[in-house]
Amino acid sequence: MIKRRRVVITGIGIYSCLGKNIDEVAKSLYEGKSGIGIDPMRIEYGYRSPLTGIVERPVLKGLLDRRMRVCLAEEGEYAYMATAEALKNSGIDMDYLTDNEVGILFGNDSSAKAVIESHTTALQTKDTTLMGSGAIFQSMNSTVTMNLSTIFKLRGINMTISAACASGSHAIGLGMMFIRDGLQDMIICGGAQETNYLSMGSFDGLGAFSVRVDEPTKASRPFDRDRDGLVPSGGGAAVILEEYEHAVKRGAHIIAEVAGYGFSSNGANISQPSDVGSIVAMERALKDAGVSVEDIDYINAHATSTLQGDTFEAMALDKLFSPCHTPISSTKSMTGHECWMAGAAEIVYSTLMMRNSFMAPNINFENPDEYSQNLNIITQTTEKKIDAYLSNSFGFGGTNSALVIKKI
Amino acid sequence: MKREEVAEIVNKFLVDEIEIEESLLKEDALLKEDLGIDSLDFVDIVVIVERNFGFKIKPEEMKDVKTLAQFYDYIMTKVK
Repeated sequence: MIKRRRVVITGIGIYSCLGKNIDEVAKSLYEGKSGIGIDPMRIEYGYRSPLTGIVERPVLKGLLDRRMRVCLAEEGEYAYMATAEALKNSGIDMDYLTDNEVGILFGNDSSAKAVIESHTTALQTKDTTLMGSGAIFQSMNSTVTMNLSTIFKLRGINMTISAACASGSHAIGLGMMFIRDGLQDMIICGGAQETNYLSMGSFDGLGAFSVRVDEPTKASRPFDRDRDGLVPSGGGAAVILEEYEHAVKRGAHIIAEVAGYGFSSNGANISQPSDVGSIVAMERALKDAGVSVEDIDYINAHATSTLQGDTFEAMALDKLFSPCHTPISSTKSMTGHECWMAGAAEIVYSTLMMRNSFMAPNINFENPDEYSQNLNIITQTTEKKIDAYLSNSFGFGGTNSALVIKKI
Repeated sequence: MKREEVAEIVNKFLVDEIEIEESLLKEDALLKEDLGIDSLDFVDIVVIVERNFGFKIKPEEMKDVKTLAQFYDYIMTKVK
């Protein structure tokens, strides 16, 4: 029997509404701090809800040359910050990237601001040249990977995964498969999400967002009986995936192992989730990792704070994990829904918890409903060792992804 | 508008927005070879010139514009 190549995480990076680096974010997670606030532009634009994760744009002048900055959209800036941190965390410098084949797979599913601003310029001037030289490179869905591969001189696999709110999770799962199958030794994987007011108007229009405007930090309340919708958010998250022996040989610090990836598609409604589909993804991930439900110490739920999504996930988790009473939290209670980035960000969040032996709380979970009452949802920071965790991500169109990460 | 004023505006945006080293901005500097202005930068220069001088550069009129001095002179023909 051929020995299966193992895939490990040797670096993590994050830029989100919980902080601008892994240390700040670990502190916020431990303290159960919310990153949600109000964006005045959304009120002016006609949003039903002005609530959003508050993410400060990084200052890149001095870090990147003009051409690189001009081509980089907002989500690309966040992804750059997270990737630079993850590479540093992994002990990778530009010389290494120049001398070795490294790939990149990022989850991203929109770059609305660049598209809308270009359209506005054309309407006002009747002249496409005046859109400027960066517009095309900012407005394509693959903007993050096309820019980062140029900035970091990457020569391996290079593409963007678009799978709605499961994009970031699938990117890590697929990266793991490329390495496991011997096609690559190292891939930068992650997720990115723009937070500008132009990007979320149509989602707001569905009435899916919380309007708890008087209490922004209490607006995102996954699994809670009194939730009234999700809060959009964003940023950038990156992990350095590497083949185990390759990491050992390089003397890299191995943080965790990507042990299992499971996926499925519901084959049903475009916006409604499914307990059946998510169970298929979770069971596949557990089987792929060679673990059983009893081996999972913590579950980072997808739960976005919408009635439909939380209910179906609660049903699925209850069916699979009820004998184990496994601790569960949705970090979206603090971050809001980081959409295309969420799956990758939640791997960074959960890996930080694993590294620091704590479980972050599901803040704002005050009263369960008939489904969440069956789950062990943790409302306080819990100091506990995590040897293995499961992270769920589900998206529009019924795309499901689940990842099992193990301590090594 | 005097040529010195045109040169001052052009030099300012080449330094501030295209981020070219000020010491390179000599009249006989070649736009491409000496200043490193490529085709993508040129798109942004079209946008900036439109904003600063109120006209749209036509690429065919730029065929013989190779140096910074020739670029100032080209703008002079448009702003007079």
